[in-house]
Amino acid sequence: MTDDSQARIAELVAANDVLLFMKGSPLFPQCGFSSKAVAILNHLNVEFDSVDVLQDQGVRHGIKEFSDWPTIPQLYIKGEFVGGSDIMMEMFEAGELLTLVESQGLVKAG
Amino acid sequence: MAMAAADIETMICAAIPDAVVQITDLAGDGDHYAARVTSATFRGVPRIKQHQAVYAALGGRMGGVLHALQLTTAVPEQEEE
Repeated sequence: MTDDSQARIAELVAANDVLLFMKGSPLFPQCGFSSKAVAILNHLNVEFDSVDVLQDQGVRHGIKEFSDWPTIPQLYIKGEFVGGSDIMMEMFEAGELLTLVESQGLVKAG
Repeated sequence: MAMAAADIETMICAAIPDAVVQITDLAGDGDHYAARVTSATFRGVPRIKQHQAVYAALGGRMGGVLHALQLTTAVPEQEEE
């Protein structure tokens, strides 16, 4: 693990209000869990950026250490680690994820 | 590589003694599971920390030999929601 990838991850997380580390892209997810995470964010009408960890081995391994979380996808909102796809789904079903993105003003207009 | 459902349950219970663990083999291939873990130790603990406790119980296998474990955690009172 290089400090370089940790620094790069910290930079990415700080620079994007809603950031999803995933396998593949939002249009072509490469894993069912990543696909589920994208579907939830789209359903909530949240604008988000994504990082395809399959394109960057440093980030792919570094992100697990960064958050002490063993799996991908991982969602960050305003610099805070929210969780993986299971937690996203639990929060979505409980209405908590909508409350969170609304309170942060992250829902797209229109 | 894969893990048996009984091994997953044993490891979780070893780390969280009061845990009630329900495991479903989603695909029948010994590699895609859903686990529901209920424990009083989760009370008042944020979801991320609850899941991290279960991942810790699995000793690094999550994301490695165990690719897919769809995890739900709960405290006993939430069982009847």
